[in-house]
Amino acid sequence: MKAITRRRLLAGAVVSPPLLWTLAFLFVPYLIMFTYSFYLKQFPMFAPAFQFGNYLAILIDPQYYQVLLRTFKIASIVAVSALLIAYPLTYFLVFQLKNKRLRTALYMAVIVPLWVSYLLRAYTWKTILGTEGVLNSFLVWTGILDQPSDIFLYNQFSMALTLTYIFIPFMVMPIYTALEKIPRSMVEASKDLGVGPVRTFLRITLPLSMPGMIAGLTFTFCLTFGDFIAPFLVGGPNGFMIANILQTQFGAALNWPLGAALSIVMLAIVLTIISVSDRLERAGRLDMD
Amino acid sequence: MTSAAQGIGGDRAAAPARGRWGLSPRFQERLGGHILGLIAASAMVFLYLPIVVLIIFSFNDNRSLTLPLRGFTLRWYEAFLGNENMLVAIKNSLYVASIATTLTVIIGTAAAFALDRVDFPGKTVFRRLMLLPLALPGIITGISMLNLFRVVGFNLSLETVILGHATALVAIVVTQVYARLQRFNRRLEEASSDLGARPWQTFFMVTLPNIRSAIVGSALLSFTLSFDEIPVTFFLTGRDNTLPMYIYSTLRRGITPEINAVGTVIVVLSLGLIVLSVSLLRQTEET
Amino acid sequence: MADIISVRDVTKAYPGGIMAVDTLSLAVEEGEFVTLLGPSGCGKTTTIRMIAGFEIPTSGRIYLAGEDVTELPPYKRQVNTVFQDYALFPHMTIRENVGYGLRVAGVPRVEIGRRVDETLGTVGLRDKAEARPATLSGGQKQRVALARALVRRPKVLLLDEPLSALDAKLREAMQVELKHLHQKLGITFMFVTHDQTEALVMSDRVVVMDRGRIVQAASPSELYDHPATPYVANFVGASNMIAATVAALSGPSLTIRTGGGEIRCAANGRRFEIGDHVVAAVRPEKVAPRAAEAPPEGHSLIPGRVVDGLFHGNSYRLEVTLDDGAPFLVDIPLKTGASLADMPSPGATIELVVDPDTVSVFPAEREGSR
Repeated sequence: MKAITRRRLLAGAVVSPPLLWTLAFLFVPYLIMFTYSFYLKQFPMFAPAFQFGNYLAILIDPQYYQVLLRTFKIASIVAVSALLIAYPLTYFLVFQLKNKRLRTALYMAVIVPLWVSYLLRAYTWKTILGTEGVLNSFLVWTGILDQPSDIFLYNQFSMALTLTYIFIPFMVMPIYTALEKIPRSMVEASKDLGVGPVRTFLRITLPLSMPGMIAGLTFTFCLTFGDFIAPFLVGGPNGFMIANILQTQFGAALNWPLGAALSIVMLAIVLTIISVSDRLERAGRLDMD
Repeated sequence: MTSAAQGIGGDRAAAPARGRWGLSPRFQERLGGHILGLIAASAMVFLYLPIVVLIIFSFNDNRSLTLPLRGFTLRWYEAFLGNENMLVAIKNSLYVASIATTLTVIIGTAAAFALDRVDFPGKTVFRRLMLLPLALPGIITGISMLNLFRVVGFNLSLETVILGHATALVAIVVTQVYARLQRFNRRLEEASSDLGARPWQTFFMVTLPNIRSAIVGSALLSFTLSFDEIPVTFFLTGRDNTLPMYIYSTLRRGITPEINAVGTVIVVLSLGLIVLSVSLLRQTEET
Repeated sequence: MADIISVRDVTKAYPGGIMAVDTLSLAVEEGEFVTLLGPSGCGKTTTIRMIAGFEIPTSGRIYLAGEDVTELPPYKRQVNTVFQDYALFPHMTIRENVGYGLRVAGVPRVEIGRRVDETLGTVGLRDKAEARPATLSGGQKQRVALARALVRRPKVLLLDEPLSALDAKLREAMQVELKHLHQKLGITFMFVTHDQTEALVMSDRVVVMDRGRIVQAASPSELYDHPATPYVANFVGASNMIAATVAALSGPSLTIRTGGGEIRCAANGRRFEIGDHVVAAVRPEKVAPRAAEAPPEGHSLIPGRVVDGLFHGNSYRLEVTLDDGAPFLVDIPLKTGASLADMPSPGATIELVVDPDTVSVFPAEREGSR
C-alpha cells in the first residue's frame, strides 16, 4: 500500500469516531433546538411553525425577562464574590508558602472538593442555614439570638452564598496556574528597584494574572447562569433563576417551543461571554520570556 | 536583572524607607502576609465547613440537624444500607458511570489524537463544539439531547443517560490527553518505527505508556463526575434513577439524615478518587 | 564494491514551493563512512530522513542494497538511526531500550539478553543496564542510542547530528570512538553534521551540501586542499577570500592581480581568460611571513601591515591589512622553541609568502549563486 494512502486511512480512523459523535450529540441537537424554538405550543406537544412568538415572549413578558435579569445579577455577584475570596487565598498559596510540598498539598485540598458531589455540598448549606439548622441552633445555644431566624435561608442571599461556596475552587484553579507562571525574578526585581509591595502587586502580579482571572470569572458566571440546583435547594419562592423556568417548560408547563427558545437564548449568552473572554484572555497574554 | 539592580548600588538601604501610609515596605509585606494568611485560613475553613458538618451529622443521634449534638449512632448508615431504592440507584449510577467513562476515554483519546496530529476541514469548529460542555451549563446539554432523542424516537432510559454523560464529560479526557500529547516527543515514535516496530506496536509500547497517566487521571475524574451528575441526567432519565436523581427527589420531600450518611460515604469515596486522579494529572503537567 | 545506498534524483518539496532537497543523487559504497556536511537548512537532515523512511521524496527513487525502498515505511528498512536528541524511551530501562528492536522482531528472550549484553559491552555501558535514561549523562545516553541501533545489526547506520548536544571535549572523544567503532564493525555509516572539523576527522568521504544540492563530494583532504567552489573553501576550514582579475596565463598556471599585489596560482582545470574577475581562496595557515632566506621559486610576495596578533594556544594569528586595505589572516604555528617575542608586532610591515599550489581560484559569480 502506498505510504500516503496508509497515512490517510489511519487518520480517517482516528478522526471519524469523535467527529461523528460531535456531529450527532453536539451539533445536530442544537439545530433541532433552534428549529423547535420557532414552533407553536399545541396540545399534546407542539406544532411546526416559523414564528418568533417565543422569543418575543422572553423579551416582553416580565415573568421571563425579570428572571433573566435576576440571573444575570446573581451570576455577577457570585463571580465577583468568588474572585474576592479565591484571589487572596491563591496568592497566599503561591507567594507566601515557600515549602513546595505544603503548597501542593494545600492546593489539592482546595481543588478536590470541587469535584465532590455538587448536590450534597449545596444541600449541606440548606441544613446549615435553615431554621432548624446548625447556624440557628448555634446562635440560639450561645444566646446571640432568642429564637431561630429565617433570614438565612430561602432567599437570594443564601443562593449567592451557596453558589459562591461552590465556585471558589473553580476560581482558584486558573488563577493558581497564572500566578505560578509569573517568574519570581520579576517580582524580586521590582522590589529591588524600590517599588513597594502593594505597587508591585498592582503593576506586575495583578496584570499578569489577568488571563487566569478572566478564565475563572467566565466559567463561574456561565455555570452559575445555568444552574437550577441551588435555586431549588436554597432559593426559596423568589430565588428561582432562568434555568428553573427552563426546567418547567420541559416539565409541567409542557411548552417545548418556549423552552427551546430559552435554551437558544441561554446558549447565545454563554457563547458570547466565552468569545469575549477568549479575546480578552488572548489580548492579556504576555510572553514571559 | 536582580543582580544588575544590586550592582547599581541598590541595596535595601537605598530603597525608600517609608512607603505609602508611612509604613516601611518590609512592614507592609509582613502585615500583608499576615492578613493574607488570615483570609486564606478563613477561606479553607469556609470550604470545609459544610463537609465537616455533613460528616458529623451523619453520626448524630438526632432526626433534625440542630446543635447541640446528641450522641454517636450508626443508624442512619444502617437505614440507607437497608433502603432498597437507594441501593438500586447506586447500582444504576455505577453502571452508568462505568460505561460513560469507557466511552469518554475511547472517544476523548481519539479526539485528542485527531486534534494533535491530523489536519482536516472543520477542525476548529469541531474543537470548539467538543470543548463547549466544559463551560456550558449542563441543562443545555441535557435539553438539547432530549430533543434529539425525541426526534429520533429513543425512549429515555439509563442508556440515554449514558450518552448524555459521555457527551458532557468527554471534554475532560480530550483536554488532558491533548495536553499530554503536546508534550510528548514524537521522535520517540520515529525511533520506535526505525527499530522495526509496526504502527500498532509503536502505539502500545511507546505512545500509550507515556500518555497513560493523563488517560487514567481524566478517566477517574470523569467517573467521579458522572456519579454525581445532575443537570444532564435530569432531562434524560427514564424509569430508572441514578443516585443523584434519587437524592434529588428525596430532597423534594424533605431532609432525612440518611442523606447525610450516604452523603458522607460519597464524599469520602469521591475525595479518594479525586486525590488519586489529580496526582496522576499533575504528573501529566510535570513530565 | 556494491552501492549500499543509492539516491537517484530525489527532490523534497514542501507546499509553498520550498525545496528542501533539489534533484539530489548520491551513491554510498558498502562500508564507507560518509558525512553530509552543511549549515542548517541545507537539506542534509531531510536527505537522511528520506533514507531512513521518515519522509517520502516528492520525486526520485531511493535504493538500499539494490531494493527500491522509496515508499517503504521505516520499520521495513534495514537501516537504523541515531537521533540528535537520542530519543531514548523514558519509561524503559537501558536494557529494555536496547533490546526494543529485537523484541518487536520477535527474537527469543534468551537471545535478546545475550545480544543486548554484548552490545552494551561494546559501548561500555554494561553496568548501567538497569538504569533509566533520565539518570544518564549526555554522553552515556548517546552511547545507549548507538547500542540500540547497532544491536539490530543494520546494514547502514544513520547518525543525525548525534554529537551536537555534547560539550567540546566529549565531542572530540566521541568522534574518535565512532571512527574506531566504524572500523571495527565494518558497516556503512552515514553521518550528518554542520561541524566541518567533525566531518574531516571521521569521514572517508564528505558530501558538502547547500540549499538542497550537493556542492562537492570528496575525501576530506581533497575537499580541504581543492575546494570546488568559494562556498566550500569558506565552509570547510577558514579561507581568506580575495577579489582579483586575471593578469596573465601560462599553461596550467595563471597570475592574478589583486589590490595588494600579484599572486601566482594553479588553474586546477578551470578555464580563464585575461581580464576575468575571479575570487582567490587562501588558507591562513598556508601563508607565512617572509623568513630570512629567499622564498622558493614561483612563490608570490604580498606586502601588508600587521594590525593585531592573537594567541591561539598552538598557533598565533596575525590580522594583516594588505596595501589596498583588504584584511588578511595568517596563522603561524608555534613550534617548540618559538616565542611570542619573535612574532611580528602590530604596526610592523610584513611580506607574506604564498605558495601557488595553495591558492584556489574561482570565477567571480553574482551574489547569491554558488
